[in-house]
Amino acid sequence: MAALDVSGLKKRYGDSDVVAGLSFAVEPGTCFGLLGPNGAGKTTTLRLCLGLTAPDAGDITLAGRAIPADAQVARAKVGVVPQFDNLDPDFTCAENLLVFGRYFGLKDADVRQRIPALLEFASLTSKADARIATLSGGMKRRLTLARALVADPDIVFLDEPTTGLDPQARHLIWERLKKLKSAGKTLILTTHFMDEAERLCDRLIVIDHGRKIAEGSPRELIATHIEPQVVEVFDEAAGTLPAFVDAHRQLADRVEQSGETAFFYCRDPQALLAALAGADGLRYVHRASNLEDVFIKLTGRELRD
Amino acid sequence: MNRPGFFPVWQRNFLVWKKLALPSILGNLADPLIYMLGLGYGLGAMLPEIGGQPYIAFLAAGTICASTMNAATFEALYSSFSRMHVQKTWDAILNTPLGLTDVVAGELFWAATKSFFSGCAILVVVTAMGLTNGPLALFILPAIVLTGLAFAALGLIWNALAPSYDFFMYYFTLFITPMTLISGVFFPTDQLPGWLALIGAWLPLAQGVALVRPLLAGEVPADIALHVGVLLATTAIAFTIALRLTRRRLLK
Repeated sequence: MAALDVSGLKKRYGDSDVVAGLSFAVEPGTCFGLLGPNGAGKTTTLRLCLGLTAPDAGDITLAGRAIPADAQVARAKVGVVPQFDNLDPDFTCAENLLVFGRYFGLKDADVRQRIPALLEFASLTSKADARIATLSGGMKRRLTLARALVADPDIVFLDEPTTGLDPQARHLIWERLKKLKSAGKTLILTTHFMDEAERLCDRLIVIDHGRKIAEGSPRELIATHIEPQVVEVFDEAAGTLPAFVDAHRQLADRVEQSGETAFFYCRDPQALLAALAGADGLRYVHRASNLEDVFIKLTGRELRD
Repeated sequence: MNRPGFFPVWQRNFLVWKKLALPSILGNLADPLIYMLGLGYGLGAMLPEIGGQPYIAFLAAGTICASTMNAATFEALYSSFSRMHVQKTWDAILNTPLGLTDVVAGELFWAATKSFFSGCAILVVVTAMGLTNGPLALFILPAIVLTGLAFAALGLIWNALAPSYDFFMYYFTLFITPMTLISGVFFPTDQLPGWLALIGAWLPLAQGVALVRPLLAGEVPADIALHVGVLLATTAIAFTIALRLTRRRLLK
């Protein structure tokens, strides 16, 4: 049975369909990614799955329970790392965990026993008695993750878990999430970082305007939706890029221009690379295409605010 | 599953309060005491006895109730709003097996608890001043609880509607302050025009005063069931409205 099963989900606010007929299933013990630009409906979908708002249509089963009818029972098996930290500023790290355990009906003695392991998992052992205001952004995120694990959940929801973190802090979170997955937890993740999704997710869906526009493993999505190689060409202020693009467009399967950069998507870039070797005033990077290329192809380059 | 209900929410607030308990109690005590002593002895020296008791004793009963009301109101407005809107503590709790009913009920009972501390602190001072008359004064304790619950529930309605802290000022200027003046806290309501006294008599603060003043004087209050009933009904109805409005605000 799926850890989370969503079918035909719809949610309307005013006259905008924030979630417009979404279906997906998350297998237990896997990491599932929910990707999409700002305003695509990711956070609303998570809120619906947790039973924090009622859908206008559709069915949700979380941890074997119908949502929203049995949401409170289902949430006993679920941990949540919200997008914005809502740790209790009046408490120390250890107190945050203790108080949160009570919301799950856990006995203080049981939670106290778990606290050292939870703090160690979050690399916060030395901060047990530190107040929240003294923690860095990365520490707060890690404590929020530890807090989500206080009742040893089967399923963990993570809403943009690494937004605003420096690379070191981000890598530490990734490492911990991999550890959780190998411990058999199901992870459900939203993110804007395609490298994060590529590293962590077994399967993912891309949603936009509340609809699913792609689904698969990161590898499958790259193979299905995009040419395998990309050559990014940058104009070095010589103004020769537009002419170069016009002259060599046929060397790529697809060309996209964004400001001072042209993206040549190709199966075989040899001829293009040869042409670039002799071009003045242009710099280039040749790389394998990645999930970000897929994401931008599917959702467009224009800003979403 | 073991469903913990509202208690862990109450417990959370209690744990925060415990860290600053003494300054909190003293802070809540200072303002009403200054008014009570200042008006009671200053103004009271020029006044005749009211209903056979000195003005300071009359005012003491009103101060216990007004202080309970203020403490419950402040907690249900400013402190609950901080937890709900600023710190997002409620959001964090709603991700656990607890539901919104647990959260709002926890806040209700916590605000009532805190107002109970305030009312009791005043009662202790009043007793030390020799203004209590016999063991009937012990029944002031449940009267404080009922008054605190009613104002906690009423405050939570306004909390659910508030866009910002500034909004709470209207609650005080439009509701709390006029009510304090027509509920017999500072002066007997028979000084008021009949229609205004009639409105005042039905307000929850007047219900509390109607219980506490005779008990402080060592008498059994008249119409106990009516006053208790109005306070309990106010609590139940206001809580139901507050819960519905908060649900609309947070879980839409």
